[in-house]
Amino acid sequence: MDSKDPLEKEKLYELTASGLLSAYERGQTNSSNVLSCFSKRIKQVDPKVKAFVKVIDKPQQENETGRLSGIPVAVKDNICIKGIETTCCSKILKGFFPPYNATVIEKLKKEGAIIIAKTNMDEFAFGSSTENSCFGLTRNPWDLECVSGGSSGGSAAAVASGQVPLALGSDTGGSIRQPASFCGVVGMKPTYGRVSRYGLVAFGSSLDQIGPFARDVSDLALLLSVISGYDDKDSTSVDVEVPDYSKFLVNDIRGLKIGIPKEYFAGSDGIAPEVKKAIEQAKETFEGLGAKVFDISLAHTKYAVSVYYIVATAEASSNLARFDGVQYGHRSNNSSAVKSQIIDMYKRTRSEGFGNEAKRRIMLGTFVLSSGYYDAYYLRAQKVRTIIRDEIHNALKTCDCIIAPTSPTTAFKIGERIDDPLKMYLSDIYTISANLAGVPAISLPCGFDSGNLPIGLQIMGAPFEEGKILRTAYTYEQNTPWHKKRPNI
Amino acid sequence: MNRIPLGIKRGRIFNKMELEPVIGLEVHLQLATETKLFCSCQVKFAAEANSKVCPVCLGLPGSLPVINRKAIEYAVKVALALDCTIGDQVKFDRKNYYYPDLPKNYQISQYDMPLSYEGHILINSENKDKRIRIRRVHIEEDAGKLIHEKEYSLIDYNRTGIPLLEIVTEPDISSPDEAYKYLVTLKTLLKYLAVSDCDMEKGSLRCDANISLRVKGEEVLGTKTELKNMNSFKAVKAALEVEVKRQGRLLDEGKSVIQETLLWDEEKRTTIPMRSKEEASDYRYFPEPDLVPFAIEKKSLKEIRSSLPELPREKTKRIRQAYKLSEEEAQFLVTEQDMVEFFEDCNKLFKDSKSILNWIRGPLLYEINQRNKTISELFIKPEDFIKLIKLLKTDALSNLTAKSVLTLMIDRKKGPDEVINEEDLVQVSDEASLIKLAQEVILENKESVENFLSGKVKALMFLVGQVMRKSKGKANPKKVKELLERKLKEDKKDA
Repeated sequence: MDSKDPLEKEKLYELTASGLLSAYERGQTNSSNVLSCFSKRIKQVDPKVKAFVKVIDKPQQENETGRLSGIPVAVKDNICIKGIETTCCSKILKGFFPPYNATVIEKLKKEGAIIIAKTNMDEFAFGSSTENSCFGLTRNPWDLECVSGGSSGGSAAAVASGQVPLALGSDTGGSIRQPASFCGVVGMKPTYGRVSRYGLVAFGSSLDQIGPFARDVSDLALLLSVISGYDDKDSTSVDVEVPDYSKFLVNDIRGLKIGIPKEYFAGSDGIAPEVKKAIEQAKETFEGLGAKVFDISLAHTKYAVSVYYIVATAEASSNLARFDGVQYGHRSNNSSAVKSQIIDMYKRTRSEGFGNEAKRRIMLGTFVLSSGYYDAYYLRAQKVRTIIRDEIHNALKTCDCIIAPTSPTTAFKIGERIDDPLKMYLSDIYTISANLAGVPAISLPCGFDSGNLPIGLQIMGAPFEEGKILRTAYTYEQNTPWHKKRPNI
Repeated sequence: MNRIPLGIKRGRIFNKMELEPVIGLEVHLQLATETKLFCSCQVKFAAEANSKVCPVCLGLPGSLPVINRKAIEYAVKVALALDCTIGDQVKFDRKNYYYPDLPKNYQISQYDMPLSYEGHILINSENKDKRIRIRRVHIEEDAGKLIHEKEYSLIDYNRTGIPLLEIVTEPDISSPDEAYKYLVTLKTLLKYLAVSDCDMEKGSLRCDANISLRVKGEEVLGTKTELKNMNSFKAVKAALEVEVKRQGRLLDEGKSVIQETLLWDEEKRTTIPMRSKEEASDYRYFPEPDLVPFAIEKKSLKEIRSSLPELPREKTKRIRQAYKLSEEEAQFLVTEQDMVEFFEDCNKLFKDSKSILNWIRGPLLYEINQRNKTISELFIKPEDFIKLIKLLKTDALSNLTAKSVLTLMIDRKKGPDEVINEEDLVQVSDEASLIKLAQEVILENKESVENFLSGKVKALMFLVGQVMRKSKGKANPKKVKELLERKLKEDKKDA
């Protein structure tokens, strides 16, 4: 890579974004070569993986300069791009072409990124396997019989299979970190308020956050720097200065205090032995690198999944009410004798347009907000959320980072959990707390199981301390081989 | 509150007891901000359908609301003027219900923590002050407008997201007439604050009413009904009168009132029950996660408070004393802010409040009503108005001419001098010219002259009128009368 010779066109997809940028700088390639290489790679690989729901015909670079100049990026299908169909992989939004760009899209374009595709996801981000998509499921590049994780499974699988170096996802309860873990890539959910949600089709408004996928921590820091920042179009975004995250890419964590929630490993329920072992090894690695690792207690996080499925579904039931067939998207053309009744049109449209998991969550959310149940469910859940939040924030005052598994298991088989929602929901047992507390968290590869499926390590930090997380993750990555391994596809 | 359906549970017969209405009003007020509550779309009445919209007010997926601080400022103004307590936090909630004029199928409103609460307003009822308590004043977004055609319905989203203020009273109003007075008093106050054009016809002010009956002097409230679809203050009063009678009749017959919503039918002058399907029962309120609650800073609260104008009540009190007016006169002036301002401006130029008041209530009000305009829309300057009054006082104009001059001043947007010159309307008071005319009239009306001389005083007025006619109204009638009287008496002596 140090040579100044032109790079082999066919192999460009193997480069990271940073690799591509330096190749551009040295004049070893140009963006049309890069685009044609990725286009070829997509044609070759995506029929097997099905990470993309739309590959953009003639991808445009709108700005010749910028931090991502000439870098292909894929975007989850719940982020609005002007003039490009945005469906959240739901039949109900078929035919919706947003007349505006999400703020993150504006930022990408300004920095010269080339948006090449929209990625598959669970319908409206409802799921942990990308099996709930009206376009069909996305397969795991490491094992095509396994799920990619979800809901941002398309973005994770696309980056893992070398179809794009960078991708955006969204994370409401683990939807970036869990598929990153399953697909062996790096993914981060930033602090709530770090990245503008304007243009992200809302699922759980108080939990949603857009975040980056990349093949290594350096690339992730680059994409995070671009998308972060206060936006006056999003009242929940926070006006905290965005540091240059590349400054945190330092291979040194001596003296760093790392907490491990002891509750996450107690008992035998859920966590796969190989995952547990990998996290224990990671702990030793950190200790070997000079960090101080100790147990902490997050006693209330055992309620996190319950709280999450009340708060998130309550917000979702209201957020999804607008999909009624009146203004845009699917409208039932089943004209019955009562076609004059608007209520009938609503019912038919929504019955036809939403998939099962969406219906399940809308019903659940409607129930917990109903009069007579509100206090017992929604209000109580909010109270417990405050306790969990305070607990995590307080824990992060005693340590710099918290490490944990990203998911209790590696990627599971396709179809294995689709009929068992409760089991599916438990995939997010370790990731949900960060959303409830609004803190940033990353997932990066920390090993492989006996089936050669990647295992993810989660690192959580205090609000707006993404830098500290990146430094910890970078140091770990520099001292372990996992991120160099690519699926053979 | 404890509501016992009268007549049924307690088995009482009401026909011999005196019942009194218990009324609470809910006013929705569109705030006249330049832009909408959560986006930067222009607020404009009667714009082309769906021309003032954006992804936010259309509720497109991914769009997010951002609060318009001006709307909060206007709302706080109203709350302070109504002596409300301002809440510690401004927090919004979602009110969930499906309706095609509501693009998100939820309305951003305020539920358990309204902007302000526990205020009051004093109204003048039966010549006494009556205190009507204000339960709450909160902010919410307006919905769109449905236009129903025969085969289909259309939606205009221009109105969607316009800031609305909901002003809710306690059930302190005891008659339809009091309800009317409350609305007039409230509207005057709101107009002083310049936060809304308060135009019921344009829909910028809407009013719903809750009404029940109870035995006079008792505390327990009866079952209430809600009245909607009244398009004027008079309609509110009329609907309440109809409903008082209807409920009274039911109770007299030993039947009970059903809690329901009724729509006022302006043409048939009656109320019709709303179909129960249209009544959503559970709005599933919950805090709006897209808007972060915030506190209004003490400093800006102070600023808003000090920016409040002199309010109608204080103004009435002050001008009564300053200009020695009766309560009724002061209230007449204060009801229209530009009227009282005009009155005060005139008084600065000419210290004759009685004449000014009389000329405002008389000729000027006539012009206002004829033209269906407000005083400021007539573009009449206080200087010119005073000049006109002075001309009248110095006999330079007759009362009648002065009225015509006023009309022309308004028509032509000119001062009285100009109008008088253009029309050659200066009052003729010099004897030489008047004697000539009087002479002519005496010669031409012998019968009247004789009538006068034989003691019929009325005949003199006829002769005066004839002189006036000959002078084309320019003669000073007082002078003419004097002159004629003198002349006729002289003639009689001579004879």
